[in-house]
Amino acid sequence: MNTIVVAQLQRQFQDYIVSLYQQGFLDNQFSELRKLQDEGTPDFVAEVVSLFFDDCSKLINTMSISLERPDNVDFKQVDSGVHQLKGSSSSVGARRVKNVCISFKECCDVQNREGCLRCLQQVDYEYKMLKTKLQDLFNLEKQILQAGGTIPQVDIN
Amino acid sequence: MNKGCGSGSDSCLSSMEEELHVLAVDDNLIDRKLVERILKISSCKVTTAENGLRALEYLGLGDPQQTDSLTNVMKVNLIITDYCMPGMTGFELLKKVKESSNLKEVPVVILSSENIPTRINKCLASGAQMFMQKPLKLSDVEKLKCHLLNCRS
Repeated sequence: MNTIVVAQLQRQFQDYIVSLYQQGFLDNQFSELRKLQDEGTPDFVAEVVSLFFDDCSKLINTMSISLERPDNVDFKQVDSGVHQLKGSSSSVGARRVKNVCISFKECCDVQNREGCLRCLQQVDYEYKMLKTKLQDLFNLEKQILQAGGTIPQVDIN
Repeated sequence: MNKGCGSGSDSCLSSMEEELHVLAVDDNLIDRKLVERILKISSCKVTTAENGLRALEYLGLGDPQQTDSLTNVMKVNLIITDYCMPGMTGFELLKKVKESSNLKEVPVVILSSENIPTRINKCLASGAQMFMQKPLKLSDVEKLKCHLLNCRS
């Protein structure tokens, strides 16, 4: 095992994940998620976030359909979708997505279709952005493991 | 691993050394996965249900025509349920459990993402053991186990 390479990769990983927290992509719940992963379940976090991104895609799609026709918006449907999305994003620590959901719910409550459409677009952007970032993070993890190293525990506080 | 059934009212924890069997109810798949993992790490046996009706069926409180004798074998020591669920809410599930002579001793914990005092009081007044904030953390289950242990003595 090339200890210098491993140390460099670990440093990269550490810096990257800290930056994700600092830029508000992730919050403490993501650290809690990482605590649930061990050698026996090395893909737990990846599986859960993958489910989350699938969820995002599906929900955004159905909400988009509900919001399509200006004269016939099913706000109940949209509200249900936002509620689910808010819950899921909160559970995985997807902070920016969750925050958009909070605004989204407010628009839904007052039946503001334009506002909802804006939030929908934003939520779509945020989840895709997070997906890319986490993919990079997981790739770094893989590289560390392949180089014979261990994934560092990162203390956010 | 489990003691023999003993008396009918012995559905609380018999001993912390034995595995707690928890029924976790939530309509959100991600939350179910999370609760399941947290409970498994905490050495609990976990059954999940995606809504109140399924939960009741599992507990043997479903449609009387569909209930069979197997339901009582899978003794549940604790029910953890989300509050906000379509169809039957966690609160309604709580009431059904507490109304049942078989199950009213089983502690029910309510989870919610919202911290609404009237909601919390309503659940506690109807017999909920605890009300906890979502999302659930690993440390929450330790807290929960302690609370349940203390309540017994």
